[in-house]
Amino acid sequence: MHKWDFASVFANTDALLAGAAGTLRIFALCLVLGLSLGLIVGLGRTSRSRWLYWPASAFVEFFRNTPVLVQILWFYFALPMLLPFQIGPLAAAALGISLNSAAFSAEIFRGGIQSIDPGQWDGARAIGMGWGQAMRRIILPQALKRMTPALTNRAIEIFKMSTLASAVAYVELLQQGKLIASLNFNPIEAYTAIAVIFFVFLWPLVQMTYFLERRLKRDE
Amino acid sequence: MSILGVSGLTKRFGQADVLRGLDLEVAPGERIAILGASGSGKSTLLRCLNFMEMPDSGTVTLDGKIVGRRESELIQVRQRIGMVFQQFNLFPHMTAIGNVMEGLRTVRRFPKAEAQARAEKELARVGLADKAASYPAHLSGGQKQRVAIARALAMEPELMLFDEPTSALDPELVGEVLGVIRTLADEGRTMLLVTHELGFAYHVATRVIFLADGVIHEEGTPDQVLVHPTKERTRAFLASHKEYSLQG
Amino acid sequence: MTYQWDFTPVLANSGLLAQGLVNTLKVTGTALVCGVVLGLALALLRLSPRSYLSWPAGFVIEVFRTTPPLVQLFWFYFALPLLAGIEMTPFMAAAVTFSIQSAAFFAEVFRGGIVSIERGQWDGARAIGMTQAQALRRIVLPQAVKRMIPAFMERAIELMKTTTLVATISYADLLYAANEISQKTFRPLETFTVAALIYFVVITAFSLAARQLERRLSVSGESTVR
Repeated sequence: MHKWDFASVFANTDALLAGAAGTLRIFALCLVLGLSLGLIVGLGRTSRSRWLYWPASAFVEFFRNTPVLVQILWFYFALPMLLPFQIGPLAAAALGISLNSAAFSAEIFRGGIQSIDPGQWDGARAIGMGWGQAMRRIILPQALKRMTPALTNRAIEIFKMSTLASAVAYVELLQQGKLIASLNFNPIEAYTAIAVIFFVFLWPLVQMTYFLERRLKRDE
Repeated sequence: MSILGVSGLTKRFGQADVLRGLDLEVAPGERIAILGASGSGKSTLLRCLNFMEMPDSGTVTLDGKIVGRRESELIQVRQRIGMVFQQFNLFPHMTAIGNVMEGLRTVRRFPKAEAQARAEKELARVGLADKAASYPAHLSGGQKQRVAIARALAMEPELMLFDEPTSALDPELVGEVLGVIRTLADEGRTMLLVTHELGFAYHVATRVIFLADGVIHEEGTPDQVLVHPTKERTRAFLASHKEYSLQG
Repeated sequence: MTYQWDFTPVLANSGLLAQGLVNTLKVTGTALVCGVVLGLALALLRLSPRSYLSWPAGFVIEVFRTTPPLVQLFWFYFALPLLAGIEMTPFMAAAVTFSIQSAAFFAEVFRGGIVSIERGQWDGARAIGMTQAQALRRIVLPQAVKRMIPAFMERAIELMKTTTLVATISYADLLYAANEISQKTFRPLETFTVAALIYFVVITAFSLAARQLERRLSVSGESTVR
């Protein structure tokens, strides 16, 4: 029977903190990039102009239908061949995760915008609003409420995807877990600790999403 | 000798006492119409008789034997008591004849040919022999309810429970369902019927029960209860249901 | 600077890529089959009125939905064998991890499908004397499964994408093969591009087929749940 010994993990608190900082950094970066790009692409998907609709759709289809890890490795190993400079682990991982999240959140934005009653557009236009004003003042605020649970879900997925950065040796929690496990020969405790840390981080977020989903269902 | 006996039946949902110690004896061949305001416990009473709801206390006796609470026993009892619901509850993924055969095949383990023959007979009895291959989505409300009646009849129940069988129907479809129930009445079947069709109750029932506050408030022949009620609340209820003609 | 594209080194190794794709499909298929069976079991346990059944099932579902799949994979590959004193090949670790992980997601799909069936269907089944199990098998599940198909397909596609993680524990899937070839030929751009395109084609084909199936089913009039 294995004798659990977490002391060897706690002895490396500094490494874990560095990992947590790395995880939070890439999470924040991908959240901001992914959702803002997603909004732009999502608007493109609702456009009547072919010049906006087709590129946006191609983007969504491509990045939804390829695995994130393949994208990260492509940006890390393949893209530099075309560029005069190297791409670091953070940039490669952030690019892969952000573009993938942009594709998924674009569909959330599109669905949210299209779920708003066309009468709202009519009402906004009738008082002289342009497309941008109507979208910003009337449509998006209403759509945002409906999209919140799905977007929170996306955020959770981004947090989970951040572990893929370890494949290109970016310093985040899982990468630090690997390091601790290999230095102290304690993979059981090291990986259990990492799993628990992620669970503790994410569980409240997941519960909040459930709560938002229930509230939305009740309100509608 | 009664076929079904109920004594001291109680049922509460959360804070609400729906049944408060109800007693009832049903003799073979009796047709009992159960009336009452909404929330008076009519449906709950029916659902307690075949244990779709578990009574909190009291006993149900079938053919002189007290029904226990074991699942296997309840399953036996439900096969002997047919039930027809307000919302039909047909199985949408099965054809009309599939619905009628389902209990025979799955519960009674009938061979397919035998189940089919019985199901065809029951569909013909409710006048839907030509709809055997139709899915519920393609049947009218009245046809759905007739299939549901055939499904219950196929199990050869000793007693039938009808829970507001026409309340979910458009007015013009009520007649065909009542017609089928009337035929069953003429065959001398034992039945309990929760209904708002006072005229139908008057002509078809052998006894009428008026429920209030979770007990039987007044009972008697249709003439006694529907035409010459003695209790104030029965009168008030009938007055509020004047739009239903007694001559129906 | 213009880069000289050259796909011949990749084509020369197409056998490795094909074998990688087969291995990817093998992991996906195994996890899909085990995940659906286990997922149904978890869903039924979670729906049980007995809390000593529903709580553990709920816990497993929550843990595997909440933690990152790569962390799970590492735990099953590096920690579990030591803990349990068993040998674990990369394939076994991947199959176990992704089976349980997708079971957790399928369980929620099953649960959503089952609770979406109106109570009257249970009533109708019980009224003709069916047991709980018969009602579930004959009446509720057939209707629920139909409504679950879109969510089920979505999950299967997610699963196939997630299986790329096995490359990190040296299982020779498509991504791992691409990595090997790129190191051998010094042609990362061509190999990873080809690998990405293969994934794109396979996954797109699968999701088109899924959409077709959904459309066919929605024609017959039943609504769907997510």
